[in-house]
Amino acid sequence: MEVFFSLAKIVVAFVIILQLTLLLLWVERKGSALIQDRVGANRANLFGGLLPFNLGIVNTWMADPLKLFHKEDIVPTEADHFLHWLAPFVAIVPLFVTFAVIPFGDVLRVGGYTIDLVAAPIPASVLFVLAMASLAVYGVVIGGWASNSRYSFLGGVRGTAQMISYELALSLSIVSVVLTFGTFDLQEIARAQGQLIWGVIPAWGVFYQPVALILLFIAGMAESKRAPFDLPEAESEIVAGFFTEYSGSKLSVFMMADFVEIGIVAALVTTLFFGGWQVPWLGREGFQFPGGFAIALPSLVVTLLQFVAFLVKLFVFCWLQILVRWSLPRMRYDHLMAFGWKRLLPLGLVNVGLTAVLVLLFDGWTVK
Amino acid sequence: MEPYAALMASFVLCGIVAAVMVCASWILGPKNPTPTKLEIFETGNPPMGSLRGMRFPVKFYLVAIFFVVFDVEVVFLYPWALIFRQLGWAGLVEMAIFMAILGAGLAYVWQVGALEWD
Repeated sequence: MEVFFSLAKIVVAFVIILQLTLLLLWVERKGSALIQDRVGANRANLFGGLLPFNLGIVNTWMADPLKLFHKEDIVPTEADHFLHWLAPFVAIVPLFVTFAVIPFGDVLRVGGYTIDLVAAPIPASVLFVLAMASLAVYGVVIGGWASNSRYSFLGGVRGTAQMISYELALSLSIVSVVLTFGTFDLQEIARAQGQLIWGVIPAWGVFYQPVALILLFIAGMAESKRAPFDLPEAESEIVAGFFTEYSGSKLSVFMMADFVEIGIVAALVTTLFFGGWQVPWLGREGFQFPGGFAIALPSLVVTLLQFVAFLVKLFVFCWLQILVRWSLPRMRYDHLMAFGWKRLLPLGLVNVGLTAVLVLLFDGWTVK
Repeated sequence: MEPYAALMASFVLCGIVAAVMVCASWILGPKNPTPTKLEIFETGNPPMGSLRGMRFPVKFYLVAIFFVVFDVEVVFLYPWALIFRQLGWAGLVEMAIFMAILGAGLAYVWQVGALEWD
């Protein structure tokens, strides 16, 4: 039974990220259309357009990948065939796996079992997330190298330099969060945010670490290689960057990796700064509003509310990233590097120092 | 189930799904290769030979070196951050010295213009 619950959790976590990815494909197309005052994707239909209405979201999110899956797979003669096949695989697996350590609920009580709602409840999940985020660089660099094309190679090198530069800011922002909560466990971080500041405000990370939130969000967007940080695939300069020589499902996997990364950044922002699955004033027994007013709820309803809250927060931050992507123009490469090394890195260092001093000076400043 | 066994199972699941997705168009798609199609794309011109041995700007290499230096130092911050409350002020002073060295390194690199990209 235990094993069954574990496997079910793994499947749930995977289905969340897979469906989120496919959903984001549609949201991106419709959202960009909304921003640019177009209609956007509206041709998805079944049976060769025989249906009198278009199926909208349901069909679009299957039509896009299915169409790419049925395209010809081209590997250039001069390419390194093994690496060419390996690159998309390496690009997406670490990103998919990251979701296994993101908590998507508190506990589920079913028939005497108490299930911790995180697929792989490892104690050092913060480190695991960082490790997997770093591994994603390999997909870019291997893809760029294996294609044996100048555009791919430039894209790969650019991507590598950009991702490792912004990884520093990402790591530093997470260091200050770890300082605040004193644990590497994302589930414990999420639980700690269920407390209240002055008995009123939920103790979400954003109130303790606003600077780290900004750092993490910017660095995370740069890691996911999307506008305004889409230099590795700048189509007006280097065709399509590191996936110039890719077609069919391999191309779709690379594009999907971008969306998975959006999901991961959103999940990290949610879990570290916005309470993860926490609903304000909702405890395990029901709502406990400040002022003594309380509503008792069954355990299952509480779990469901928390799960929905997690998904809602996830969507909000995914949408925010898509909004930024379609609002800002691409940065220049020297500006990108200068911004990462001369602005974000010093800011991150200062934030870590300041957090450390505050933690020591005001012991009650953070939840313990 | 052990947490790490669950993680391993997750790796297996993701690996299988990713492999299916990568291979999908090799299985489902048409196979009609022509010499032109298999050429490397260089905006329509005949490719200028192999990439192997091509030179690229040394600036990317510098960035990689700086990353190694600074990221290793940031990695040291993690165990410190975890047990920071036990260490107290002594831990803060020690890390302040460490971060001052890190900051001095950054200031030096900045000063000599290694972070300039032109």
